Amino acid sequence: MTDLADLTIAQAGSGLRSGEFTAVDLLAAVERRAAVTEAHLHAYLTLDRSGARTAAEAADATLATGDPRPLLGIPIALKDNMVTRGVETTASSQILAGWKPPYDGTAAIRLKEAGAVIVGKTNLDEFAMGSSTENSAYGPTRNPWNTNTVPGGSSGGSAAAVAVGSALGAFGSDTGGSIRQPASLTGTVGAKPTYGLVSRYGLIAFASSLDQIGPIARTVPDAAALLEAVVGWDPMDATSYNGDLPAISKSLDTGVAGLRIGVVTELSGEGIDPEVLEATMRIVDQLSNAGADVVEISLPAIEYALSAYYLIAPAECSANLARFDGVRYGLRVDGATTEEMMAKTRAEGFGPEVTRRILLGTYALSAGYYDAFYGQAQRVRTLLRNDFASAYGRVDVLVSPTSPTTAFEVGAKTADPLTMYFADICTIATNLAGDPAISVPIGLDDAGLPIGFQIMAPALGEEVMFRVAAEVERLAAFTERPRLATSKVVAP
Amino acid sequence: MPADIDIERVAHLARIALTDDERALYGEQLAHIIEHAERVQALPTEGVEPTSHPLPMVNAFRPDVVTESLRREDALAGAPDTQNGYYRVPKILDES
Repeated sequence: MTDLADLTIAQAGSGLRSGEFTAVDLLAAVERRAAVTEAHLHAYLTLDRSGARTAAEAADATLATGDPRPLLGIPIALKDNMVTRGVETTASSQILAGWKPPYDGTAAIRLKEAGAVIVGKTNLDEFAMGSSTENSAYGPTRNPWNTNTVPGGSSGGSAAAVAVGSALGAFGSDTGGSIRQPASLTGTVGAKPTYGLVSRYGLIAFASSLDQIGPIARTVPDAAALLEAVVGWDPMDATSYNGDLPAISKSLDTGVAGLRIGVVTELSGEGIDPEVLEATMRIVDQLSNAGADVVEISLPAIEYALSAYYLIAPAECSANLARFDGVRYGLRVDGATTEEMMAKTRAEGFGPEVTRRILLGTYALSAGYYDAFYGQAQRVRTLLRNDFASAYGRVDVLVSPTSPTTAFEVGAKTADPLTMYFADICTIATNLAGDPAISVPIGLDDAGLPIGFQIMAPALGEEVMFRVAAEVERLAAFTERPRLATSKVVAP
Repeated sequence: MPADIDIERVAHLARIALTDDERALYGEQLAHIIEHAERVQALPTEGVEPTSHPLPMVNAFRPDVVTESLRREDALAGAPDTQNGYYRVPKILDES
């Protein structure tokens, strides 16, 4: 018999609704999987057993009335920078150790209203700053495909949990690739929606003009179902989009015949691992055979995206993280004056990467440098948006690898911050543009590590993005699971 | 330009107390990152408007409806130090 922890959300939903098993059974299976795998992975910071149990029992009561909602009784995980009422929320930082928020973020509220069972809070790079989940004050998360490698980041805990079945779905946040890159490295599907589509109320802010909440799942339809549960205008987020919503899952079965697909020149050559590139191009050929019209598209400004990002994101983080000052929540280190208390608290509470980015952002915004750095980066952002606008005049979607390499070894990129920053080379541009993008697993490399394929679409183009993603999923027929998910592994 | 990063001043502006070793390390790393980030200056951007935000939004309004707000004890529950319903901090002004 199939272990319930290995079901997709669609399969589990159908089993719940037909009465094959209960939400309590499903939760128990997922928690058993966590009990076996957590010692190897450290995907979770907190497992909320009592909250999850209560939610599963409530879901069972509602299921008995014939309620057809797709997430009812489904165990999901939330990245620990999404605030949850009464459940410790740290953003993987020492400065928030022990903090139990007095409110739920909007995404958490909507998921609870949809009947989802929130299993726990997942590990991340501190305040979502990183690409490997090694920058966590509580220790790194490891990749279930090979525990000597990283799961990517910053949503590495959410991605690892979904890959191994200690959650059927999860949410992360994506500022420069933090959902898509870990999805790519763990063989899962990860989507960053259009800027403004999902409320950020209750998402601990990193870079406010870039941050978006999005889903991680085993399949494209599962990711679409998760996203549909949280989209929509929210009066609590002034940047929330207040217009017609895209029909996210409407065209999952439509196929790609007649669609125009652009392969991004700058992301399909130098700097991309040959095996990753080969797998990407194989899918591109298959899309063409499936009836898509494939062309090559150049986005010249993309060469400057990484540089612009590493001015804009740190600048915004230096302002957002000013709130962590030892006064209202979290850590306080005593000082003779308030200013001394704040400086000591922040020195003690922030890890090295967060400190580095706050300092970098403070410098880039300081008198005399603002225009040369932050101002110029914002103008480059405009040029990049112009490139995307002209590309989307010619094609419906753009495609590329999600990550330039498959999962790298733990510790391989921690010594030099810049080498880590290059892990986001394929994902950053869509954050700067505010557009949606998704990563879909397409195969394994020679070392048995997953390769992800990225599909980018214009703002509010989620329908066509998920349409192409579903076709890529069918063409790739990726069914492998990580060794750790085969439930034969015992705790060390 | 990166050579002139006054790391002590930057750390003061950011309110982060650094040790001597950290000042040296972060100073060097910042110079290295800025050197890469400076590539943005190579692009001609005369007459290009900056993008501060990807949505063409100006103001956002919500319905003017009274809703419940956070209770004071809930808001203060996570604070390191409170007194009489307020946040308590070390002295800010010299009392001399």
